[in-house]
Amino acid sequence: MVESIVSTGVAIGCIYALIGITYNVMFSASRVFSFTAGTLGMLGGVLGSLFIARMDMPVVVGFLLVLAAGALFGIVTEIVAVRPVLKSLDQHLYVLSTLALALIVQQFTAIEWSTEPQPFPRLLNIARGGFDQQFWLPMLACAAVIVGLELLYRHTLVGHAFLAIAEDNFAARALGLPERSLRMTSYALAGVIGALAGFAGGEMLLAYFGNAPMLTFYGFVPVALGGMGSNRGAVVAGLLLGLFQQTANFLVGGVFASVAVFTVFIIVLLARPEGLAGAAFQRRV
Amino acid sequence: METPATQTLPSRAKMLGSASAFGAALPFLALLLVGVSFPLFGGGYWGVIATRACIYWVLVSGLNLVVGFAGQIAIGWVALLTLGAYATSVLTAGNLTPPFPPYLALAVAAAVGAIFGLIIGLPALRLRTFYFAITTLGFATIVTQVALAWQSVTGGGVGVAGPIFPEPFSSLWGFYYFCFGLAAICTWMTANVAASRFGRALTAIRDAEVAAEASGISKPALLGAVFMFSGAVAAVAGGLFAALQSYITPDAFTLDLSILFFIAILIGGRGSILGPLLGTILLTALPEFAAPLVAWSTFLYAVLLLVIVLAIPGGIAEILDFKNRRPLESERAIIPRPDLIERLLGALPDAGALTLEQVALSFGGVCAIDGLDLEIRSGQVHGLIGPNGSGKTTTLNVISGYYAPQCGAVSLNGAALPVFARHRRAHMRIARTFQTPRIVGSASVLENVMIGGTVDGEGTFVESLLSLPRHRRDEVMLRDTAMLALAAVGLDRLAAVRADRLQHSELRFTEIARALMLRPSFLLLDEPAAGLSADEIGRLGGLLLAIARAGTGVLLVEHHPDLIFDTCHRVTVLNLGRMLAAGTPAEIRSHREVVNAYLGG
Repeated sequence: MVESIVSTGVAIGCIYALIGITYNVMFSASRVFSFTAGTLGMLGGVLGSLFIARMDMPVVVGFLLVLAAGALFGIVTEIVAVRPVLKSLDQHLYVLSTLALALIVQQFTAIEWSTEPQPFPRLLNIARGGFDQQFWLPMLACAAVIVGLELLYRHTLVGHAFLAIAEDNFAARALGLPERSLRMTSYALAGVIGALAGFAGGEMLLAYFGNAPMLTFYGFVPVALGGMGSNRGAVVAGLLLGLFQQTANFLVGGVFASVAVFTVFIIVLLARPEGLAGAAFQRRV
Repeated sequence: METPATQTLPSRAKMLGSASAFGAALPFLALLLVGVSFPLFGGGYWGVIATRACIYWVLVSGLNLVVGFAGQIAIGWVALLTLGAYATSVLTAGNLTPPFPPYLALAVAAAVGAIFGLIIGLPALRLRTFYFAITTLGFATIVTQVALAWQSVTGGGVGVAGPIFPEPFSSLWGFYYFCFGLAAICTWMTANVAASRFGRALTAIRDAEVAAEASGISKPALLGAVFMFSGAVAAVAGGLFAALQSYITPDAFTLDLSILFFIAILIGGRGSILGPLLGTILLTALPEFAAPLVAWSTFLYAVLLLVIVLAIPGGIAEILDFKNRRPLESERAIIPRPDLIERLLGALPDAGALTLEQVALSFGGVCAIDGLDLEIRSGQVHGLIGPNGSGKTTTLNVISGYYAPQCGAVSLNGAALPVFARHRRAHMRIARTFQTPRIVGSASVLENVMIGGTVDGEGTFVESLLSLPRHRRDEVMLRDTAMLALAAVGLDRLAAVRADRLQHSELRFTEIARALMLRPSFLLLDEPAAGLSADEIGRLGGLLLAIARAGTGVLLVEHHPDLIFDTCHRVTVLNLGRMLAAGTPAEIRSHREVVNAYLGG
């Protein structure tokens, strides 16, 4: 039993962590939290099922198409819901515009795809074992993203530019960095990561439009607790969240597990609004 | 020595008030008429739709204060509808207690709703917008899950029967009139609050939080009251909703419903009552006109939300705001009337002195202030000058309570000022303005100035809800004082104009008028002359001297040497956080180091 709690908990924690990283990548580039993070995860599952199960595409082709669709949705988010409201960041219009876009996609999916969870195909043609691919695929995806981002940020020029933008937007622009295209690239990258999370976790979460609000919430918990913009914090908090949720699920049952997660989330946030790892200082006057 | 112009001021305020009040009430009266006579031209099915619109509005009217006025992004308000629906149904069904009569059950549900409104709302005091939005969303999911799981009480997925209200409200139209009556009462109550000092304080929290603090508005107390009210009416709406549905299951309370409430407010326009009311009617009725659209309704609402946010952030209310589309005079001069200051401030008691002793503060390794002594005496203008980054604004922020000095003391007449209790400053009659004017752009100039007098109102939130005499007295008093303050700074002709249409210099004088509403013992001005023309600076100087003559101690942080040397009684010069010199203007002007470092030879 412990084994199953741990493998499920870690796997689902990896998905939360990936959605958390999706939030972070968008936030770093624009100082905007976008409601579309969970929608990206949902799209990963639904499109994966659509391409591979319904349209019978090879797994690799379906996988690449899902990532491309994620990148495309990321770019659309940037153009439609983020760029127009960036100049009035203090009015928080981004909360509304990204919410609207997320709802549009969710509702469209619900109507055109299905309002019921649909099965997600087995990705690798190997027999079901104790430690199944549905558990290790999300872990693999999470590890790949962390290593990939680390290499990107540390060893490439574009990565350095991302860091510069995240650190100080104005200074970066003054240095002549192409802020707008870097932001679009970030959103595309976030789109790929979010879609990957949904795709890798497809077998666990199924292809279901309702995953969007669920992931929007549970994906944000690691961001809030780990400190915004901190990917390491998101991974640690995501894994803890997954394990806590599965344990509570096993010990006290589904509903009370949700209540427990929510309560812990609120209490931690109220005690430390800047997250367990972060520190925020803002001059207001 | 009253001139005819000053005598007409309050009467002008009254005229302005009554004319616009009638114009504003007209659409509501029209809706009331349509609502009352609705059964005459609507069939049975339309009765259900109209009842539903009324019920939704009962909830939205309260949520409007949270979202539209206070600017808190509460997306998951359906949680309170669910709570109210189940509380009323379970109590009347007697699953948990002996059966309650429906009215009593509804009242208990309202109380439960008020408590939960507070619980759901409280995180808003600590959390930033997106965080708060997510927590309300989380609440909405949790409540539905609990309703599903707590089978012995809620019936789980099978559901529970809604309450049935006794005659005369049991028939379709009887129940409609019941809901319509409650909706009308909610409209009236929220309109009262919107037009009260509480409503203005909410918009100040939304658009100019630091100005709200400086005006003595306590965010926790105010938001707490609003969340409780909003929770209570939402729960009442839930009870009515359950009665209309006659049977409720957790499926009835989808997030779509929450989105509908939220979007109705934004489509209507923030800071308006009429707009969200029309928005609610529109969104409730819209799917009924085109049956194939029902499945797509949330999709369409979302599209509508995106369009509104990107194209008309002001919503329906902005489209209907004809008054503010008339062009303003282009050549406007601000002519303050220093002679009115005495009447406005009255006889201020001698407040003694505001003293800073050896105050030091550094950020990280950067030393912002280093051992500053400053004494602002009542009835004097004290200039604080120095190059950029010398610590002037930081000094002001220490006095206002934004920063805690690492050593040294800030005291008012010998008593230490509490650190961080920023809104307490207004109660001690310490007022301030800001380097960048902090104004509620969507409110009128008069309303902006009235915000400054918030602490002088005596009526409570409940008295404002019900428009009791004390509330009305407060309003008359604040309006008259604000008109006088506007006349004193020379802006009375712009009183009714939306503040975001004003020029920069006019905003500066608006801020001064707002600060004067406190009848301040001490007035802290952060570069009031920045962006003003030479003429305006001269008139500002005259105004400041009149304020000091009335007994107020003025701290003037400035860059303009003329203004400093013409108006100040004493001047302190800062450089790199240290005091370079202090003395009379004449001493400063001839101080060699000051001339070298700052003034130039």
